[in-house]
Amino acid sequence: MSGAIANAHSKHDDHGPVKGWRRWLYATNHKDIGTMYLVFSLVMFFCGGLMALIIRTELFTPGLQFVDPSFFNQMTTMHALIMVFGAVMPAFVGLANWMIPLMIGAPDMALPRMNNWSFWILPVAFSILGSTLFMSGGAPAGGWTMYPPLVLQTGDAFPFLIFSVHLMGLSSIMGAINVIVTIVNMRAPDMTLLKMPMFVWTWLITAYLLLAVMPVLAGAVTMLLTDRFFGTSFFLAAGGGDPVMFQHIFWFFGHPEVYIMILPAFGVVSEIIPTFSRKPLFGHDSMVYAASSIAFLSFIVWAHHMFTVGMPLTGQLFFMFATMLIAVPTGVKVFNWTATMWKGAMTFETPMLFSLSFLFLFTIGGFSGLMLAIVPADIQYHDSYFVVAHFHYVLVPGSIFGVMAAVYYWMPKWTGHYYNERLGKIHFWLSTIFVNVTFFPMHFLGLAGMPRRIPDYATQFADFNSIASAGAIGFGLSQLLFVYIVIQCVRKSGAIASQEVWDKPRGLEWTVPSPAPYHTFETPPEVSPGAAFP
Amino acid sequence: MAHAEDRYYVPHGSHWPVVGSAGLFFLMVGVSIWLNGADTGFWVMLAGAAIVIFMLIGWFGEVIGESESGRYNSQVGMSFRMGMFWFIFSEVMFFSAFFGALFYARNMAVPWLAGDSNNFFTNLLLWDGFEGSWPTNGPGNVGGEFEVMGPFGLPLINTAILMTSSVTVTIAHHALIHGQRNLLKVFLATTFLLGFIFVFLQAEEYIEAYQHMNLKLSSGIYGSTFFMLTGFHGMHVTIGAIMLTIIWLRVLKGHFTPERHFAFEATAWYWHFVDVVWVGLYVFVYWM
Repeated sequence: MSGAIANAHSKHDDHGPVKGWRRWLYATNHKDIGTMYLVFSLVMFFCGGLMALIIRTELFTPGLQFVDPSFFNQMTTMHALIMVFGAVMPAFVGLANWMIPLMIGAPDMALPRMNNWSFWILPVAFSILGSTLFMSGGAPAGGWTMYPPLVLQTGDAFPFLIFSVHLMGLSSIMGAINVIVTIVNMRAPDMTLLKMPMFVWTWLITAYLLLAVMPVLAGAVTMLLTDRFFGTSFFLAAGGGDPVMFQHIFWFFGHPEVYIMILPAFGVVSEIIPTFSRKPLFGHDSMVYAASSIAFLSFIVWAHHMFTVGMPLTGQLFFMFATMLIAVPTGVKVFNWTATMWKGAMTFETPMLFSLSFLFLFTIGGFSGLMLAIVPADIQYHDSYFVVAHFHYVLVPGSIFGVMAAVYYWMPKWTGHYYNERLGKIHFWLSTIFVNVTFFPMHFLGLAGMPRRIPDYATQFADFNSIASAGAIGFGLSQLLFVYIVIQCVRKSGAIASQEVWDKPRGLEWTVPSPAPYHTFETPPEVSPGAAFP
Repeated sequence: MAHAEDRYYVPHGSHWPVVGSAGLFFLMVGVSIWLNGADTGFWVMLAGAAIVIFMLIGWFGEVIGESESGRYNSQVGMSFRMGMFWFIFSEVMFFSAFFGALFYARNMAVPWLAGDSNNFFTNLLLWDGFEGSWPTNGPGNVGGEFEVMGPFGLPLINTAILMTSSVTVTIAHHALIHGQRNLLKVFLATTFLLGFIFVFLQAEEYIEAYQHMNLKLSSGIYGSTFFMLTGFHGMHVTIGAIMLTIIWLRVLKGHFTPERHFAFEATAWYWHFVDVVWVGLYVFVYWM
């Protein structure tokens, strides 16, 4: 396209950070927006965490003591919505914003203003969702899965719930478009697809998943809205609809959603383990194929969330076997990480510790997932605490530990200073111990028959519940240490970080100074043709 | 990938995103309050919608100005194109949810209510005598007896109109590429006029359905899927026709060159997308 040369020195070009609030409100810089995402996610993590602690406090002993059952249900619902859409997803988008341009040698995200809008929709969405706690009828209490007909009985909160979900979807879709376009269009000239770092690869796949399923969720909640207010019969059997249809549509979104929350963590771990093993990632290309296979399979397994709801036997068999197939690519990834460490010169800094913990504990969550995939067994496990144990094992030591590992790994690059390694290790050990104290007993509770989403339980479950509650409080308090470590690092109290930060890590992000300057790679980085990326 | 230029383009900050967020806040809160039965919500909703429209005009206006002053390089153009493509993909998935609901209801929910598969007793005990043909408003006869919207008449005319408009927009595109500005103006105007005629006829069809056929949004699963699918499609046609109108006004102002006309292309893609969705609608909602 002729005559289209950008005038690099025009006054409209962005050079340094604007002073004051405009820097954040009008942001177009991927680092600023990434920071906002990460801070927002941390705030939401504590909001959702507080709700989890209310749940665990109530469950500390049998009987009803602190909250009434309706409020308890509001807490389980809001805890899930906030953690899924407010903590885990924005944390990974924040990491994507910060790191993808640095890792592919791009100056910024491809569509910087839309990037800003993706972020600034989130505070709107979550203030709308949070405000429902103060409405007549209280916050939504029918579970984050919003199954009709129960969710249709929500009080004044109902339309607010629906529209906040719409806004979260809008934000995710714009974020995903930005990630895809950035990766496909903005890579350094010699960075071919298979030379891309694994974090970039897993985010590319995640972005495709987001684009494919967030609109489906929007459609599903729109049907709820019209069923409640405009007389449609999508989920009304008398009108020829079916409440089960909502579950199918919801889980068509919901199952890829769980991979949206874990694939970027796979990417993080694939960056960290090679660095601290001082070896290249074992089987880079097979990791790409494995992640792609997981993404594909995630679209054809959704009904394993609803084996007990009633479906033809052939359906149950198909979804059971398809689900178990996911263990194959996931196994490829776990073995590749293990093989990366094999005979490596390993050291155990905090990011590596979190990655190793991820490797072990996520695998436990994966195995309990396999147990749940087996139809006859699932009919026993369904809606029990075993399910709660399973998905918290993949989400807390899986996704959340992935985020923690990433923050420790890249924070010196962001701030120019190391975090306090001693405190980081203490944070790691506290988190890892307490996460197991919290969630491991839930396996036993579930197998013994304790149902999920209940504020009271039979006395036979008392011991394991009090252990889990104690662990939860310990885990929650340990995260305050994390905040302290981050603040310390941001205030530059640690040692000054070099450009490489770690011992010869691979990747373009380590070729820019620490802290990363406000603008990086304003011209494409030069990499000799054919050479592997540093 | 385009790397013709030696320097990347990074735009300056913008206040439009937060204006848009504020607009969405008032829009969503307003609709919610209104749906909960308080009329004040309606005005809050209108205020929110006004802010969103103000944002769209301002943001697009700024981008158009920057584009016309030649600030964007070809890499930015490629980013815009990819962004539009994946946006349309997400729209396709949104419609898929409603098509999925239609297929599930027709092939599973309704036959099962009628006793198909292993649901003999469901039918016998709950909905005895329900036979489960399509179209249906369900065993509860929700919304009362209704007439079915057949595939001929207005829907067929509308199909012809949209198909024609897809052709005219392509002719306009070729005219743009070959520098035939007058041909471009005529065929672009034809396209959006056909679009608005489509919306008008669709409104006529709805009036006919509501007044003479007792076919309403509340007419069971058939009414639900019929009006939600055609309604969301009609909304997209309206948006597309407005986009085409704006493109036409830009053409009148002398915007676009045979080489550089992303906005035109994006709008044309969007127009083909609503066209393709209509074909699906015509086949599965009206015809089969």
